Amino acid sequence: MKLSRRQFTRLASGGLAFASLQGTLSSAALAQEKPIKVANILDQTGGLNIYSLKQMKAVAMAADEINKAGGLLGRPLELIFYDAQSSNQLYSQYATQALLRDEVDVIHGGVTSSSREVIRPIVNRFKGLYVYNSLYEGGVCDRRHISTGMVPGQQLDALCPYVVNELGGKKGYILAADYNYGHITSKWLQKYIRDLGGEDLAVEFIPLDVSNFSSVLARIQDAKPDVVWSALVGAAHMSFYRQFHATIGTDKMMLASTTYSIGREQVELAPEEGEGIILATSFYDGLDTPAANDFVRRFKEYTGENDYIGEYGEGGYRGMSLWAEAVRRAGSVEPDAVMASLGGTSVEGAGGLYTIDGQTNHTVMNIHVAVQDDKQEFKAIRTFDQKPPIDTQLVCNLNENPDDTTQYEVQLD
Amino acid sequence: MDSLMVYVYQIAFSFSILILISLGLALIFGMMKVINLAQGEFLMLGAYFCVLGSNLGLPLWLAMLAAGLAVGLVGVIVERTVIRFLYGRVLDTLLATWGISLFLMGIVTTVAGPQSQSVPSNMGPVSLGGLNVPGYSLVMIGAALMMLLGTYAIWRFTNLGLLVRGTMQNPEMARALGTNTSMIYMFTFGFGSAITGLAGALLVPLFGASPTMGGFYISKAFIAVISGGPWPLIGTVSASGLYGVIDGVVSYELSPVLAEICVLFVAVIMLRLLPQGITGRMRKGI
Repeated sequence: MKLSRRQFTRLASGGLAFASLQGTLSSAALAQEKPIKVANILDQTGGLNIYSLKQMKAVAMAADEINKAGGLLGRPLELIFYDAQSSNQLYSQYATQALLRDEVDVIHGGVTSSSREVIRPIVNRFKGLYVYNSLYEGGVCDRRHISTGMVPGQQLDALCPYVVNELGGKKGYILAADYNYGHITSKWLQKYIRDLGGEDLAVEFIPLDVSNFSSVLARIQDAKPDVVWSALVGAAHMSFYRQFHATIGTDKMMLASTTYSIGREQVELAPEEGEGIILATSFYDGLDTPAANDFVRRFKEYTGENDYIGEYGEGGYRGMSLWAEAVRRAGSVEPDAVMASLGGTSVEGAGGLYTIDGQTNHTVMNIHVAVQDDKQEFKAIRTFDQKPPIDTQLVCNLNENPDDTTQYEVQLD
Repeated sequence: MDSLMVYVYQIAFSFSILILISLGLALIFGMMKVINLAQGEFLMLGAYFCVLGSNLGLPLWLAMLAAGLAVGLVGVIVERTVIRFLYGRVLDTLLATWGISLFLMGIVTTVAGPQSQSVPSNMGPVSLGGLNVPGYSLVMIGAALMMLLGTYAIWRFTNLGLLVRGTMQNPEMARALGTNTSMIYMFTFGFGSAITGLAGALLVPLFGASPTMGGFYISKAFIAVISGGPWPLIGTVSASGLYGVIDGVVSYELSPVLAEICVLFVAVIMLRLLPQGITGRMRKGI
């Protein structure tokens, strides 16, 4: 089924309400019940929308499937989409509006770490619940915040030993986007590289609108690293992969990334420009398990689209499934009740089993180290089953400190 | 010696990018005094026409030329339908061209999607004194110089160039002498658009094409043209040269962030010392 214009009714707020078709609701005997309201705040437009478009559709698909199967606690789900237009100011406005005026029961969304840090205090102030479906730099300790994506203790813990020890990438050169995600992730990279006996030659932060990497590439050649680590973000930084290919190439120097593939970079670059890039991910379309294949098929049927979905698309569906399961376990949609039942909530998803760790509200999941082949597809090299978010577990214990709302950052010795 | 080569290359590359993105603006804003806020989107349109041409099977260089011509045509259409009613009305032009910019971004996003696109040059790296640089970047430097010299030659040595300069200097007198100034305006705007489109196409192999790419370049282009002063061609070249040196050296020695800060800092100081721009005190020029 496609999302048609008729299913969306524009709200005066600038949000878009999405309800399943009346037929779906009445056949599931849900039409009369008061709907559960779910806010989804993502960037449909602007420079960061490459991360959001598939996720918005996956969230709609999850809501529709839940409604078809009889709703949640006998009530239908109603989604309200807000387009934050890649602007943190709008994230703040819409999060407030969703909780105060539209009185939603949960907020899903946010892409960048800066947008998450805009939403989180608002959710805390108005005692809501927030599900963040994106990989990030880890360390957020907040019981009103649920992270369903990878953190460094999962992603880098899998990726770094493979690159540093198995491939011999001892000397690393780190490039990171110039905002909180890049700054904290680069510290994690330094820590992992040093702990593994490697050396971090340099760390460079690149503003999000820089697209000329010629001086960076000259310095990289001066430093002669074994591997370049990229934590680059957004449309302008895509040029790095093009210019790296035209200047050095992955056959001469390894290129590993914490962000590559989540903006579906591999289908936007030409096949030869992305070939050989190494990454760690919790979901990719070619995973080739029955659950993954089934998800890809359902998504394509639902949206009518035939292209790559990837981790962020699947992440939206993952977040909705985990939250819905927690609601079922709690028997209530009240944030406090849902929060109490989060620990141990588990769903069998497209990327394998996902379980929420009650100590941190982060998610235990399978992680795959993969390399891009010459056909714009990823091939898994190593798979790590059920990796816990160890970095955040070290610093965060919501069972003991339920009122904690800190984001802990890694300290380098 | 090696490091000298690195500096020469970094400066030449920064210079060529500045020339590419600001040459069209030097004509449209510098000569015609039309503040075209859609300039960045003309660049983006050139990049997309190049991707389109290449997808249709044209060789890359032909796709680039076709992209330049296509954007030139778009420029002519925009001039005939919007700009020509607004000459001399600065604020209205600002608003109208901003609208065109949003419209072009919207239409490209709708047709081609929000994701970026690539057409690799397949040229591989070239070694310059031990430093690998993209072979294609040398083509870009050469193309920027050729576009610059070509524009200069047309403006300086041809009859058409004389008519254009005369019209821009004193349209009433030009009309009195029998020049069809309306056509000259249309031609100049179209020519500036075509150069911008070609520049956008030239950027594709190393920078890709995305609907929002215009925004990355537009401010730098305006800074170069404004600091250039009243003689747009010579001014833009000297401003691009100055900023190219600063950008190339600082971004290699320190970082791209500091390079951008330095460029803006120097631009502010320079406009304080030379409020009329670099060519403000020149009596003759283009």
